[in-house]
Amino acid sequence: MEPAGDTPRVGVDDWVASHEARLDQRGGFAGLARKIDDRVPAWARLAVFAGFAATLPLWMGRGDLFVYGIFTLIYILLGLGLNVVVGYAGLLDLGYVAFFGFGAYFYALLSSEQYGIHWPSAISFPVVVASTALLGLVLGIPSRRLLGDYLAIVTLFFGQAFVVFVNAANPKVAGTGLTGGPNGIADIDPNDLFGYELTTRTQQFYFLLFVVVAVLAGLHFLNESRTGRAWRALREDPLAAQAMSIPVNRLKLMAFAFGAGIAGLAGCIFAAVLTAVTSGNFALPILITIYAIMILGGIGSLTGVVIGAIVINVSFQFLAPENPQNNARVLFYAVVMLLLVLGVRPWWRLGVVLGGVAVLGFAANAVVEAISPSWTAGAVVEAGRLGFISDWVIVPAGHDRFANAAYITLVVAVLTLTRVRGWWRTGLLIPTVYLSAIVWETSFVEQPAVARWILFGALLVFLMTVRPQGLLGTPRVEIV
Amino acid sequence: MELPLAFNAQLFIQLLVNGITLGSLYGLIALGYSMVYGILKLLNFAHGDVYMFGAFAGYGALSLLGGPLSPNIAIAPLIVLMFLAGMVVSGLLGVVVERFAYRPLRDAPRIAPLISALGVSFFLQNSALLLFGAQFRTYNSFVLGSKNAEFFEPGPLTDPVFVVKDVNIQLVQLLVVATTVSLMVALTLLVAKTQIGKAMRATSYDREAAAMMGIDTDRVIASTFFIGSVLAGAAGVMFGLLFSQVFHFMGFLAGLKGFTAAVVGGIGSIPGAMLGGLLVGLAESFAAGYLGGRWADLTVFGILILVLLVRPTGLLGTRAIQKV
Repeated sequence: MEPAGDTPRVGVDDWVASHEARLDQRGGFAGLARKIDDRVPAWARLAVFAGFAATLPLWMGRGDLFVYGIFTLIYILLGLGLNVVVGYAGLLDLGYVAFFGFGAYFYALLSSEQYGIHWPSAISFPVVVASTALLGLVLGIPSRRLLGDYLAIVTLFFGQAFVVFVNAANPKVAGTGLTGGPNGIADIDPNDLFGYELTTRTQQFYFLLFVVVAVLAGLHFLNESRTGRAWRALREDPLAAQAMSIPVNRLKLMAFAFGAGIAGLAGCIFAAVLTAVTSGNFALPILITIYAIMILGGIGSLTGVVIGAIVINVSFQFLAPENPQNNARVLFYAVVMLLLVLGVRPWWRLGVVLGGVAVLGFAANAVVEAISPSWTAGAVVEAGRLGFISDWVIVPAGHDRFANAAYITLVVAVLTLTRVRGWWRTGLLIPTVYLSAIVWETSFVEQPAVARWILFGALLVFLMTVRPQGLLGTPRVEIV
Repeated sequence: MELPLAFNAQLFIQLLVNGITLGSLYGLIALGYSMVYGILKLLNFAHGDVYMFGAFAGYGALSLLGGPLSPNIAIAPLIVLMFLAGMVVSGLLGVVVERFAYRPLRDAPRIAPLISALGVSFFLQNSALLLFGAQFRTYNSFVLGSKNAEFFEPGPLTDPVFVVKDVNIQLVQLLVVATTVSLMVALTLLVAKTQIGKAMRATSYDREAAAMMGIDTDRVIASTFFIGSVLAGAAGVMFGLLFSQVFHFMGFLAGLKGFTAAVVGGIGSIPGAMLGGLLVGLAESFAAGYLGGRWADLTVFGILILVLLVRPTGLLGTRAIQKV
């Protein structure tokens, strides 16, 4: 984030001109990631992804395939669509999830007992995708006149209005409520391939994988095409793009419609796989998740979206309330460890931090236990092989306020951490890491669903402030 | 969706009163959005959640002072203290959010602070869920200050101050409108007369030029966030007093509506925020009264989209002329 010594972040022309070359010389994880991203051709990356994904049904159970395989693919599809709108064209679309919902509901209406219509997928897919794209076009028309921020507003309200409309308004059409209100629409037909119904999870997974690979390939070519280059120009500087005679408005509308169409496609498959749709599936949290996926991977990068979707969805499912809590715990400690390894340099400082955290834990636990046993008497939930941590963290029995106080202190400590440097930071890091373990064991473990939203929200802020280009994106270079 | 057969004056006045009360609340929230947008060109999505924390702080003060059923002190200082708690907590929260989520992004592409704001909003909302739980907390303003609160005897806040055509105008409604008006007047004076107000206007006009003239723009921006969030905190306590319940999700919808008010009135304009707030409040109240509650929110959103399409700068906003 900070410019390293004598290299100015923005400024002189030759600095900008040599920017690419400097990036190539970078070592460490970032350099490696960039080299892989650069050297491995796109088709090879796609083949690796598809090849790996195709083996999933062979070694995963039915339930795991559903939550890890199918959901990841749906998130990839959603991330890809959003990537066109935000990543390529640079339009902030906060109603994206409504297109997903529109697609799902429309598919549901065309293939359920709601109105007794049962269209085959070969007809309903094109119809739904085309109408969702058309809806995107209609909603995108304001973006021609409105400034960038206002587009965000209109789409945010569109997304909210969609949920309210589906959930509360539920107008009567032809005798029944159009959207089924809070109950949604149930008993939706599965997708079919020209009459052959895809009912098992494995069949649905392979169908979805085929769709994702096709969309990935299509987007790759689109990105390399004239339109793709024009979109990137538009994102970097709409004004300059217009001066270069790029049709800005038409391209904006196109990106909008394109993203909406992909969301509609994801909606069709989602509705068919779940066999039911309710408005809760298309609310703000899903939007945040899709944004987290796109931003984590790197705005504008296809590989980034795929990696982002895998990382986010797997951690998301690990933090699901029905998952054994020890899995979530292992993931949490692993991520903390990874962050420390990546963030703390040089290695001996890392050693100091890790050793300090371990010593601090056992010492604090012993001291507190000696003073008042009830403060360490709380049970560590389902620790399994990590049972020893009950001698390390402080989990009080009773003392309701403790968990809240620990959480607030942690937030304050993390914020302070961003303001200090050098040995102060290392020193503060030790209690902060320990505190995060306490917060995990006292509040997050009880409410993993809340914890994951908190972490996703924090992730967005963290990524934006530290690395706005995401893992694989290229940082913006500006000449002033 | 049945329309009333005859014009019902009592219902009309009741809806009007409700609309004005609700509108002043939205107006206060709108001010925060409007000021921040005016100065940073940033949509502060987290503003609604700052407002929610203000409402919770008011509740915290109430419980510390003995709870709604048996407060330790008289009702007038109690309400003043609740307002103070809400305003201080919200104000500080606003400053912290600005410092850590927006200031590092001052020179980033436009989209970065917006996404960061979305993250902050989500973070605050779920932090509240973690800290306070999902259940509703109630101010019990209906019985607040009553001598027989445990028997649910109405307290002084529900006293009719005056009666128009059989419609009681309650003390709490008058209190909300009066507080809003005085806060607005104070804000207008602050922006027009004081040095910090002058600095704010200069920063909002041109941040770079203001910095070159020796204005500490970071400090000005922080104070703008503080003032906007203080107003949101006051609105949060007002919501608690009016509707008696606070919950972690209240900030989202209120934020959206306050935001609508800011946009409809013309973002960046103080009287515009008030006007927009009143319009949104009245629209919501009348839509709920005449069309049914389920259409209320949709009407508000519809108005917003319509205004944006017809007059993107809002009713009192001035068209920005962009120099390239």
